[in-house]
Amino acid sequence: MRLKFAWPSSLHNNGVLGMNKRNIDYIGRYNPRKFYKRVDDKLTTKQLAIANNIAVPALIGVVREQHEIESIPAMVNNEIGFVIKPSKGSGGKGILVITKVEAGRYFKPNGQEVSHSEIYRHVSNVLSGLFSLGGSPDVAIVEGLIQFDPVFDGYSYEGVPDIRLIVYKGFPVMGMLRLSTAASDGKANLHQGAVGVGVDIGTGKGLHAVQFDTPVDLHPDTNKKLIDIQVPQWDFLLNTASKAYEMSEMGYLGTDMVLDKVKGPLLLELNARPGLAIQIANGRGILPYLNHVDSLGNHNMTVNERVEYAKKHFSHNAKL
Amino acid sequence: MHSKKPFYILVALLFISGIAASVYRGIEHNVPFLPGKQIQSWAVDAKVSFQGTGEPAEVSFSLPNDPAFEVLVENASSPGYGLTISQDKQDRRALWSVRSATGLQNLYYKVTLIPTGTTTVVASVEPSTPQLYIWPATEKEAAEQVIEKVWSKSATNITFAQQLNKALNATDRTQNVELLLSNNTPTKLFLHMLHSKGVPAKEVSGLFLEDQRRRQQLTSFVEVYNDGDWVLFNPADGTQGRGENLLLWDRSGQSTLDVTGGVNSQVNFSMLKDTRSALATSLDVMNNKGTFDFSLYQLPLEEQSLFKGILLIPIGVLMVVFLRVIVGLKTSGTFMPVLIALAFIQTTLLTGLVGFILIVACGLMIRSYLSQLNLLLISRISAVIIVVIGIIGIFTLISYKFGLSEGLTITFFPMIILAWTIERMSILWEEEGPKEVVLQGGGSLFVATLAYLAMSATWVQHWVFNFLGIHLVILAMVLLMGQYTGYRLLELRRFKPLAGE
Repeated sequence: MRLKFAWPSSLHNNGVLGMNKRNIDYIGRYNPRKFYKRVDDKLTTKQLAIANNIAVPALIGVVREQHEIESIPAMVNNEIGFVIKPSKGSGGKGILVITKVEAGRYFKPNGQEVSHSEIYRHVSNVLSGLFSLGGSPDVAIVEGLIQFDPVFDGYSYEGVPDIRLIVYKGFPVMGMLRLSTAASDGKANLHQGAVGVGVDIGTGKGLHAVQFDTPVDLHPDTNKKLIDIQVPQWDFLLNTASKAYEMSEMGYLGTDMVLDKVKGPLLLELNARPGLAIQIANGRGILPYLNHVDSLGNHNMTVNERVEYAKKHFSHNAKL
Repeated sequence: MHSKKPFYILVALLFISGIAASVYRGIEHNVPFLPGKQIQSWAVDAKVSFQGTGEPAEVSFSLPNDPAFEVLVENASSPGYGLTISQDKQDRRALWSVRSATGLQNLYYKVTLIPTGTTTVVASVEPSTPQLYIWPATEKEAAEQVIEKVWSKSATNITFAQQLNKALNATDRTQNVELLLSNNTPTKLFLHMLHSKGVPAKEVSGLFLEDQRRRQQLTSFVEVYNDGDWVLFNPADGTQGRGENLLLWDRSGQSTLDVTGGVNSQVNFSMLKDTRSALATSLDVMNNKGTFDFSLYQLPLEEQSLFKGILLIPIGVLMVVFLRVIVGLKTSGTFMPVLIALAFIQTTLLTGLVGFILIVACGLMIRSYLSQLNLLLISRISAVIIVVIGIIGIFTLISYKFGLSEGLTITFFPMIILAWTIERMSILWEEEGPKEVVLQGGGSLFVATLAYLAMSATWVQHWVFNFLGIHLVILAMVLLMGQYTGYRLLELRRFKPLAGE
C-alpha cells in the first residue's frame, strides 16, 4: 500500500526544507526587513540592477497616478508588445502581457484582444493596490516585451520560460526552469500550473520535472521530453544571480531571470520568499546545500569564486 | 545567533502562571472547572418570638458560626426594629431593639448556607482552663466517684471525654450516674464533669438540617478542646463527631437568645434544601467577601457580555495559527475565518453557512456588474459594502415575512469583512477561474467552521471567561508555535516524492 503522507523523519533525512523552517531559520534570520523594499518593489529592483550593471527588461514607463493612465497608448505606440506589472505585486498577480500592438489595438499571447478600457481598469486596479502586499497603493510599470530565446521552443506554451535560482549567502545552490503551460495560462508560476524543471547547478542541464507538485516526464502541451533541456549561457546566469546577493543584501534570495534572444539573460525580479517547490523539481532537499554554505563560515570569495565553488560542489554528481 | 533560552523561560513562565492562576481560581474561589455544575444549599429561617411588655425591648440572637457552612446571603426582617449585627472574636450576634414592644412580637432571620466540606473546627485561641465546677452537696459524692472511675481508665483529655460520654450512655449505667442524670441534663452533666477535671469544654447548640422541616429546635452539644481543635460530643446519645447535615449555630458557649423587655421568648427554625449553580454561588461568595480580585464580573452586564465574545477570539486565533503553522491550510485573509466564526456563534452554524454563501453569491453577481463600470478600487469596495448591507436587509425582511426567525440573525455578519471577501473572490474568479474561488472560499469556511466548533463549546466559553489565566496559556502556545520549524502536516503529502531513496 502506498501512503499518501511521508514520514517527517524520511523528509528530514533527505534534507527537505519545510515552510516553517524556511520562514524562521532562513528568511527571518538572513533577510533583513530594511532591505525588503529592494526586492518587493520591482521598480527599486530594476533601478538597483541598472546601477549594478545587471541587465533587465527595458523600462518603457511608470504610471504613478490615475490621470497618467491615459498616457499609456502614447507610451507603447512604437513597441512590438509590452508588459504591465504592479511594482509591489506578488505571485505573478496583476501582470498583463500584450504581445502584439497593431494600430492602437492590443492582443494577449492567446490572440485575444484587450480593449483600452480594460487596460485602464487594470492599471487603475494596480494603482489602488489590489495586487500589492497588504493592499497598499502601488505604481504600474510598463516594460518592453521580452523576445524570448528560441532555445526553449517547444518547451513552453504561450509564455516566457524563466530561470529561478536560489542564492544562499551569495552562492547559487539550486536552480529550476519554469515553463508555462495551458493550465498556467501562459504564466510561469508553479502554483498556477507551470512545469518546473530542476536544473543542475554545475552544468545547466535538466534533471527532473514536476507539475502541480507531481513528477512529470513530458511537457503536457508539447510532449517534449523535459529533462533533455540544456539552459544556455549558464555561467552568465549563475554570475548574475550571485551578483544579486551583493545588490540586495538578502541572504536567502530567489532570482528570476529570462533569456532574451537579443539582450541575453535579463533579471526579471528578485524574491525574498522563494517557494519550496524547487526541491520537488530537483528531486532532492535543499538543506544539505544550505548547511554546506553555512559550514564555510566567513570567507572573502568574489562573485566569480562563489560561482566556481557552487558549480564544483553543488552539482548533482558532486559529493557534499 | 542569539540564545533561545530567554524565550523558552518566558513561554514556561506564561504557561505556569496561566495554569497556576486558573487552578488558584478553581480551588481558592470555588469557581467550578466545568460549566453547569450544581451544588446544594440550605435556606434556614429562624423565627424569634416573644411577648412584649410595653417596655423598651432588646433581643440578642446568636447567628450561625460554623466553618462547615458558608453564609451566602443573610437578612433579617423586623419591621419597626433597629437592627445591628455585631461580630466579636467568638460570636456573631443580631441585636434587635425597639422603644416599646407590646403583644406578640415576631422577628425573622433568614440565611442561605452552602457546605464548605470542612468538618474540623479549629480553635482560634487556646482556651483557658475552665473554672472548677462546685457540685451540690447531694451530688458531690456520686459525681466524684464516677469521675475518678472514668479518669483512671483514660490517658488524655480526649480519651477522658470519650470514656465519660460512654459511661453516661451505657445501657447498664451505675446508680451514681442515674442519680446525677435525674437532676441534670446529659449535656450539663457531661460539661460539669469535664470542667471538674480542668478539661476545656463548652456547650454549643446545633441544628439538624433536614429538607422541608419546620418548627425545629436547636440541640445542645459539647465541644471538647483537643490539640488545637474543638471535638464535638453529643452526650444525649453518646456519639462523637458531627453528622453531615449538622449546622453549628451557636458556638459562643453563652445563651443563644437573650430578650430584655419581653417574656416567653422562643426561637423556631424551618429549612429548605435547594440546588443552585456552583458558578453563581462562588460569585456570590466572592462578592460577600469583597475579594473579586481580577474578575470580569465586576463589569456592568453589558460589558460582560461584550467580553464574553471578545475573550473567544484568542481561541479562534489559536485555531487559525494551528491550522496554518502545524497543518498548513491556507485561508483567504488571515483572520477572516475567526470573524466569520464569531458571527456563526450568533447565527448558529447551519444558518450561518447558508447565510454566508447566499450573501457572497449575491454579492459576486452584483460585483460582476460593478467590474464592468471601470471604477476606482476604493469606490468599488464602498459600493460592495453598501450592496452587502442591502442584501442583508432584504434577506432579513424576506425571512421575517416567511416567519424564519433564523434569518434575522444574518445581521451579525461583519459587513466590511464580507465586502472584502466578495472583492477578493471576484478578482480570484477573473484571474484563476471559479474552481479556485470554490476551493479558497471552501477552505476559509472550513477553518471558520472549525474555529466556530472550538469557540462554541460551552466548556471553552466557561473557561475563557472565568479563568483568565487560560489566555496566558494560549499566548504561550501561540508563541511556541511561532518557533515551530518542523514540517507542516500538508507538506508531508506535498513533499512525498522526495521521501524515497
